[in-house]
Amino acid sequence: MSLSRDQIAQRISQELRDGYYVNLGIGIPTLVANYVPEGMSVMFQSENGLLGMGPFPTEKTIDPDLINAGKQTVTAVTGACYFSSAESFAMIRGGHVDLTVLGAFEVDSQGNIASWMIPGKLVKGMGGAMDLVASARNIIVAMAHANKAGESKILKACTLPLTGIHCVKKVVTDLAVLELKEGVFHLLERAPGVSVEEIVSKTEAPLVIPENVPEMVFSHFATLAT
Amino acid sequence: MAGFNKVVSTYDEALNGLTSGMTVMVGGFGLCGIPEGLIQQMVKLGVKDLTCISNNAGVDGFGLGLLLEHRQMRTMIASYVGENALFEQLFISGELEVKLTPQGTLAEKIRAGGAGIPAFFTPTGYGTMVAEGKETREYNGKPYVLEEALTADFSLVKAWKADTMGNLIYRRTTMNFNPMMAAAGRITVAEVEEIVEPGELDPDFIHTPGIYVQRVIQGTFEKRIEQRTLLSSTSAS
Repeated sequence: MSLSRDQIAQRISQELRDGYYVNLGIGIPTLVANYVPEGMSVMFQSENGLLGMGPFPTEKTIDPDLINAGKQTVTAVTGACYFSSAESFAMIRGGHVDLTVLGAFEVDSQGNIASWMIPGKLVKGMGGAMDLVASARNIIVAMAHANKAGESKILKACTLPLTGIHCVKKVVTDLAVLELKEGVFHLLERAPGVSVEEIVSKTEAPLVIPENVPEMVFSHFATLAT
Repeated sequence: MAGFNKVVSTYDEALNGLTSGMTVMVGGFGLCGIPEGLIQQMVKLGVKDLTCISNNAGVDGFGLGLLLEHRQMRTMIASYVGENALFEQLFISGELEVKLTPQGTLAEKIRAGGAGIPAFFTPTGYGTMVAEGKETREYNGKPYVLEEALTADFSLVKAWKADTMGNLIYRRTTMNFNPMMAAAGRITVAEVEEIVEPGELDPDFIHTPGIYVQRVIQGTFEKRIEQRTLLSSTSAS
């Protein structure tokens, strides 16, 4: 069975490490914050100027002066700090953020990512996405493996306008975990109950398949969304 | 000290000299940390053909959305403009020119403008549409794009506290683009929640030094929330 959005986030949370500074994009990546493993300390960076983003506020603690990059009201954890947008992107472009998780329309074998613009549809802007992928040390893309018509979003070459080039390292989809090594995607894991054949059929890019492709392991399976 | 007293008491004084065709920077991220009263004053002045530099374009009927409503903007430089239906309409009809700029590049262009740096190389946007027509160069084997600085005739910023000399302190995530814009404006006007006497702000904790600020005005703020999200609603996302 393919993973839900929450389950994709849960699988990505296994890539977190104690002491990481992490930037989460809008959509599925935001959900990763709900699955930080117990006993692990992670600081979330929000590019509008907050390091140490906490959960959403309550009616009592809501503050219009405190939002995240998705313009949602949030809280700050103990040890958080605030700073300007220039400082924020110095952290991002300067390679100080340990892990960046973001969504995408398409990725390809060159490590290119397209995530901000679909020609013919209204262009809303790239926000901070181009800066986030430009020199991040470690990027994980969270996305659906194929579109609703079953067409692959893991391509030989992206067809949509790019957000950045040669930057994708790992992709977690509703079907699989893929790692890009020397210009080729390697199939690392498959979603529980999903066959290698299904993954291959929904992957346009060349795929290296090891003899044994383990199923993803979840300590407790997220059942929030379907 | 009189020469350093930058407090003005009316919005007319605050934006005195702002005329049609000017370039105006407006602080804020979404509706967070925007100079609400100064934007309303621009509407009142009826100035046209403005080039506005701001991360976003407000929402319908609030923030910079008000300038769109009155067709006062000719050009908008922003990183994300998604929350405004009127913006979409003006953009598609060609009434409004839009220069979409990556958020970090926008912040750095403004920072550079205020700091006397005419241009800089950044990795952001290399190999994408953003880099088209721009000079590129390799440093240590990595490609970079040349981006030029931005300055403005007026910068309108929002701060939490100011002293009468124009030293500013921001609160939480309202800082965003405000400090860089303060430095990049030929005339910078700060609309603030509280004005105190010199010496009342700890010099160790000033965010924007008063040298960048020409005028200070006491404002009142609605602080409209764009995405009201509460803890109980997390599972719905």
